[in-house]
Amino acid sequence: MADVLTAKSKAKKTSKTKYSKKTYLQWYETMLRVRRFEEKCLYGYSKQKIRGFLHVYIGQEAIAAALTSAITKEDKLVTAYRQHGIALARGLSSDSCMAELFGKSTGCVKGKGGSMHFFSKEHNYFGGNGIVGAQIPIGTGMALAEKYRKTKNISVCMFGDGAARQGALYESFNMAMTWKLPVLYICENNGYAMGTSVERTSNVNKIYTVGSAFDMPSEPVDGMSPEAVHEAIEKAAKHIRSGKGPYFLEINTYRYRGHSVSDPAKYRTKDELNEYKGKDPIILTEQKMVKEKIASQKEIDKIKDAIEKEIEAAYAFAEESPYPLGSELYDDNYVQKDYPFIMD
Amino acid sequence: MARIITLRDALREAMSEEMRRDESVFLMGEEVAEYNGAYKVSKGMLDEFGAQRVIDTPIAELGFAGIGVGAAMNGLRPIVEFMTWNFAVLAFDQIVNNAAKTLTQSAGEFMCPIVFRGPSGAAGQLAQQHSQTFESWMANVPGLKVISSINPADAKGLLKSAIRDNDPVCIMESEIMYGHKGDVPEGDDILVPIGKAKVTREGKDVTIVSFNKMILEAEKAAEELAKEGISAEVIDLRTIRPLDHHTLVESVKKTNRMVVVDESWPFAGVSAEIAYEIQKYAFDYLDAPVTRVNSADTSLGYAPTFVEEYLPNATKVIKAVKEVLYTNA
Repeated sequence: MADVLTAKSKAKKTSKTKYSKKTYLQWYETMLRVRRFEEKCLYGYSKQKIRGFLHVYIGQEAIAAALTSAITKEDKLVTAYRQHGIALARGLSSDSCMAELFGKSTGCVKGKGGSMHFFSKEHNYFGGNGIVGAQIPIGTGMALAEKYRKTKNISVCMFGDGAARQGALYESFNMAMTWKLPVLYICENNGYAMGTSVERTSNVNKIYTVGSAFDMPSEPVDGMSPEAVHEAIEKAAKHIRSGKGPYFLEINTYRYRGHSVSDPAKYRTKDELNEYKGKDPIILTEQKMVKEKIASQKEIDKIKDAIEKEIEAAYAFAEESPYPLGSELYDDNYVQKDYPFIMD
Repeated sequence: MARIITLRDALREAMSEEMRRDESVFLMGEEVAEYNGAYKVSKGMLDEFGAQRVIDTPIAELGFAGIGVGAAMNGLRPIVEFMTWNFAVLAFDQIVNNAAKTLTQSAGEFMCPIVFRGPSGAAGQLAQQHSQTFESWMANVPGLKVISSINPADAKGLLKSAIRDNDPVCIMESEIMYGHKGDVPEGDDILVPIGKAKVTREGKDVTIVSFNKMILEAEKAAEELAKEGISAEVIDLRTIRPLDHHTLVESVKKTNRMVVVDESWPFAGVSAEIAYEIQKYAFDYLDAPVTRVNSADTSLGYAPTFVEEYLPNATKVIKAVKEVLYTNA
């Protein structure tokens, strides 16, 4: 981890930009919603209400929260399978996301997707993709469509440090720069591709420097600070919207839990985990708001109560919702309504 | 009014007409624009539609197939050309894991109206990596539709249907058939429906089913058999997925015998699927087991003797027909 930590320490830790009380409260609320949602997911998994793969976002919340404040609702977004937090920040409801994890018909994709595949056209959320790096060309193609239609929107294409080693990234970066596509690439570097640390996967451990091979503007960002994340994304989005082409941000973060619920994360030390927990964006944002009198403890406690109730209600909603009928398996494989499936 | 034009020109007409009709249709692939197409299918299209809609890509099949998928999810209708389906293997993640899955994963929130097209099958002495067929690979995947035709009128009408279709469609053409000529009706709104086979020759003694360039071997065999008084019905599948079971079963009810001529490898291929369907739904009508003529169950070597040994041809088809008729030559 040594090199990665060095890269992180060089990333901007704080921002001089002043943000409004409203923005701070939004960040706090979003981060808390994601944290409580994910904790409830782990509980649901332990009760076998949630099955399959489950990758939680705990520790990375500042990125989802500040990303949302720094882009527009019309911008398009695609990401990988550690996606609940990003979908929630984008505006998908806790109810529909929790129900999806339970595999219920009231889920955001009617029980078809589960943990790795939330989608919402209304929220311009193009999904969680379960194939590492597959969304990198897709996010690039979403940008091609925006340029084709001459909109001012950008495509935000998110992936992890593991995906940064896929060939699809290099092909996509090359075409996106050649064609000056309006795409913001965000690598959420949480230090580990499943159980393999970043420095074990490449000779190049400052992932943002990969962009330089394509002359793509690229920077590291402190992902534990919503201020730093917002500032970096806002700046990158401005560059992209001006027609100058792609931008690449390596946002350094940490997942407190293992890769998935079945991963005890024995490949890293307690000290390392505790170091990051000491930089917890939710605790630090709360302390900052109180200390700098951005918001009162009473206002913060009100958000805590509301989120607590929202997540409990989502869990109950998911439990009480019905499963889809088995026959709905045949829905939405084809747009063609009378597609002749082989049924024998 | 019909004109006699090549498969190459018919395919270009299909793409150009649909691009004139719908602004959201565009073509991307290796050498499609400035070079006018590796096999000249897209000749002149850059001049008419400009570089925004006829896009030269670097050699990066996975990348540009995925860019096509993303553009299709975000409202466009891409035509992605592979120089050959042999190279599309690099892009299978995007075709199989993404294009085919987008609609179901998103429970209908996002469609993926995209066409992947290019030549498939052997094309002379091109050896192991450049001689494969991909119909059965792609047809195995729910979510995809698969078309394979070398008849210029059919190929044009099917490509137009595919471009207008809201589901992802894979189209298999043939390098050595781009110069193949046929009658193609005038008019830019003539579609051929996806999922319908065509009886190209009526007969009563045996049904020969084929697709892509092997349909020519099937027809040649039928011609020869006619001289011997054997009446063969020939069916061109045209679409592989969904397969037109109905036309096949109806034909067997009449002829009671079937030979499948399929350039793909025998194992779990198109011919295997057809044989299953016929034994299941026309068992009582069969007077002989369904027989097939496939490419050899090997990779294709370079020497001309290997090509001869490997590929189906009219002689092998005639032999198979006589087998199901229990007549010794």
